[in-house]
Amino acid sequence: MGWTFQNDRPIYAQLMEQIKRRIISGIYPPGEKMPSVRDLASEASVNPNTMQRAFAQLEQEGLLYTQRTSGRYVTEDEGRILQMKEDLAKELTESYFAAMEQLGYSRVQAVKLIAEAEKEGKAL
Amino acid sequence: MSAILECRNLVKQYGYFQALKGINLSIEKGKIIGLLGPNGSGKSTLIKLANGLITPTSGEILIDGKAPGEESKKIVSYLPDKNYLNEWMTVEQLVRFFHDFYEDFDAHAALEMMARLGVRTGDRLKNLSKGTKEKVQLILVMSRKAQLYLLDEPIGGVDPAARDYILHTIISNYNEEAAVVISTHLISDVESILDEVIFISQGEIVLTSSVDDIREQQDQSVDGLFREVFKC
Repeated sequence: MGWTFQNDRPIYAQLMEQIKRRIISGIYPPGEKMPSVRDLASEASVNPNTMQRAFAQLEQEGLLYTQRTSGRYVTEDEGRILQMKEDLAKELTESYFAAMEQLGYSRVQAVKLIAEAEKEGKAL
Repeated sequence: MSAILECRNLVKQYGYFQALKGINLSIEKGKIIGLLGPNGSGKSTLIKLANGLITPTSGEILIDGKAPGEESKKIVSYLPDKNYLNEWMTVEQLVRFFHDFYEDFDAHAALEMMARLGVRTGDRLKNLSKGTKEKVQLILVMSRKAQLYLLDEPIGGVDPAARDYILHTIISNYNEEAAVVISTHLISDVESILDEVIFISQGEIVLTSSVDDIREQQDQSVDGLFREVFKC
């Protein structure tokens, strides 16, 4: 998974999102130590202070925690990770509806299109 | 926090032309700052003043609280916008030259970076391509453990892959005790590594902001805002 950034939103917010996705997909498993701010900043080609800000915010949201001397870890609370996964899924669903509405499809029509696409996928 | 670079009502006049019209500015340690402005806006003039290559017409510029001079040169690592190194020297000789010249120079790190970027250390500078020369200069400058790095157009002539490596180098050399000032036109390339940006136009500062504040408040990138502010 590479790091990519869009132009219209703060970089720290995009870092938070991408780290969340990595936690959900198990790249950073529950209870595991996170890479250091500096290493991850270098990997993502971003300013270390920006990465620090993303980490601090994720800590506030309870997804990361700091152990006094040894660094930052991913939460061991798998329920919290599952909840984050569901939140993200909801967001993606809403953004699909929003994009479809722009094209003039109602939610009901959009659901129908999804169901059709799913059937076609199975037939293949 | 202590300011490593400070300007107070800084004016620089060349004959009748005012290149800087009373700049007030304070740059703290631990920050990577983009000095952004169109051609002829005063970026290089400001950087040259910080290095003591030219002197202010009025006002003052302070490095770690003192006027630029012998002491400030020990803690400032400067990348000029043109080559100032001896063309007949080999890369290896240049590394040794820097090692003799600056106490804070890490020759080992420099040679390692040269190897990473495929620079042959036995080559004389005059035989290198424009882009490779720029790489050599930047590596020399970044291999010092300075408190203030002043980089005047550091990535203009190098290819995108080397550009990425150079930006990585800047991030990984970053520490809380140093500030990095990068003047450039290539905003979209450096945007993600900057803390703050300073827009300078016709010798005046027109905006100072953090990159994420610009994105949050304007819903666009610094590059986008620059194009809007300086639209021709």
